[in-house]
Amino acid sequence: MNYFENDLTALHQALVNHDITSYDLTQQTLAALKETDQKVNGFLALNEEKALATAKAIDEKGIDPDNILAGIPIAIKDNIMTKDLKTTAASKILENFVPVYDATVMQKLYDKDLVVVGKTNMDEFAMGGSTENSAFKTTKNPWNLTKVPGGSSGGSAAVVSAGMVPVALGSDTGGSIRQPASFTGIVGMKPTYGRVSRWGLIAFGSSLDEIGPMTRSVKDNAAVLNVIAGHDVHDGTTVDQPVPDFTAGIDQGVAGLKIGLPKEYLGEGVQAEVKDAILAAADKFRELGATVEEVSLPHSQYGVAAYYIISSSEASSNLQRFDGIRYGVRTQNAKNLDDVYVNSRTEGFGPEVKRRIMLGMYSLSAGYYDAYFKKAAQVRTLMKQDFENVFKDYDLIMGPVAPTTAYGIGEDVTDPLTMYAGDVLSVPVNMAGLPGLSLPAGFAKGLPIGMQLIGQPFAETTIYKAGYAFEQATTFHQEVPTLGGND
Amino acid sequence: MAISKEQVTHVANLARLSFTDEELGQFTDQLSQITDMFNELQEVDTTGVAPMTHVVDLVNVLRPDEPAPANPAERDALLHNAPDAQDGYIKVPAILDNGGTDAE
Repeated sequence: MNYFENDLTALHQALVNHDITSYDLTQQTLAALKETDQKVNGFLALNEEKALATAKAIDEKGIDPDNILAGIPIAIKDNIMTKDLKTTAASKILENFVPVYDATVMQKLYDKDLVVVGKTNMDEFAMGGSTENSAFKTTKNPWNLTKVPGGSSGGSAAVVSAGMVPVALGSDTGGSIRQPASFTGIVGMKPTYGRVSRWGLIAFGSSLDEIGPMTRSVKDNAAVLNVIAGHDVHDGTTVDQPVPDFTAGIDQGVAGLKIGLPKEYLGEGVQAEVKDAILAAADKFRELGATVEEVSLPHSQYGVAAYYIISSSEASSNLQRFDGIRYGVRTQNAKNLDDVYVNSRTEGFGPEVKRRIMLGMYSLSAGYYDAYFKKAAQVRTLMKQDFENVFKDYDLIMGPVAPTTAYGIGEDVTDPLTMYAGDVLSVPVNMAGLPGLSLPAGFAKGLPIGMQLIGQPFAETTIYKAGYAFEQATTFHQEVPTLGGND
Repeated sequence: MAISKEQVTHVANLARLSFTDEELGQFTDQLSQITDMFNELQEVDTTGVAPMTHVVDLVNVLRPDEPAPANPAERDALLHNAPDAQDGYIKVPAILDNGGTDAE
């Protein structure tokens, strides 16, 4: 089964018609991905034996014709807890960690008979935008193997982009689903904060983190969000709201829809080809019957500073739990208890994670709290109000996901400020807790360009409708990566 | 407002991290550059603006504090991830340096 040519609807039809069994689909998927992943390096671990056993059990039970996800292979970002399957968050400190329970999203996937084929590479603890901060391997961009796949969900993006699996889960704290989706030419949704349970997601910035689907098409994406969304008693921040069928009415079009295009999102630092692609997309939406007008989000330029203060502060607190005592790797070099804490953390965390912990500790420390954390939290209020003002008159906001296409492996990794600046267009969505989708909108020198569609809280349906209309009217999503570009 | 090496050492201590001299120099430079970027926020007039720590209106979710029956299988599964365990307990080195690495 070729995942470039078959979407979930086609795969489901083949499974229901017994053209293929889930077992055979899983076996073929594993065989093909082992071959492809030698070039891409997207997986940290495969779940071969258990995946085949699960698929076999699903075949024996029979494929439910009303469940489009029954028997479908899926890959999971390695910061989502999978019972009995090693979960490392791509960190040495969790190198040997085997969860004793499943994340809520995993339980929901198992309930719908999805088949987990493996865990994907990421920036350590989801901190980064290139997947180069993984302690274990460097994932390559399937469109050009000398380029990064983006991050932090770079492994999930790359394995979907390269056609190894039809679906993957990622997580997004400041763009970690949308930016790698943009860099690899796939569809990635960061749902509204509170839409999907974070129970069992290894915490980074708890007021920002969200799990979401990464797929090859908009409709497939909506079908997966249908399954993972919903209130969870284990996560008090999930919102007790009915979950609509996100695929229902997805083909209704955009006629009459009002879309705002923030002038700040096409400003200085945005690559010319990216800007052109977004302006062309705006014209496409107008052609399809929507209104697109320039709007302003005046506090956008402060987003990166405010985001790095808040996310690092939350991270410094969340990562205190990694101390070498109850789980994870303990240093061999300890004469007393304090040595265990300090040396386990010093040996276990990579440079970027240490940098974030230090930034967070500093921002929260006595004498600096008001100037940094409190100020950032106030700016966050203003950023949220910027969005609320635009949404008084508009249904959606559109713009690029990232200022550039994928950059070279090794190019930016030594300069944190350059790396952080790349998040300018994605972090505001997390700061305001809004849903945001990335979808293919063009190419520059053979590398994908992603468009971002931002909606009001819990208006994922509007985003999917607009994304679907754009996708049906364009051919960018039909392009297939070359796995070339290696010297 | 450049950060000094002493400040970085202090924060590292709070964070339970240690750095070599070379690392400390590098971190001091980088943290200074990053906090310079943070300082751009001072341009924003936030007079009377409430700080936002969360996007949803949170309420405490409470449940009765009732002990659940102990499950030895669960305990064993949890201890399986502990770096060192003995007799159903997690084992750690002595709190005070006694020259050895043993808990006894």
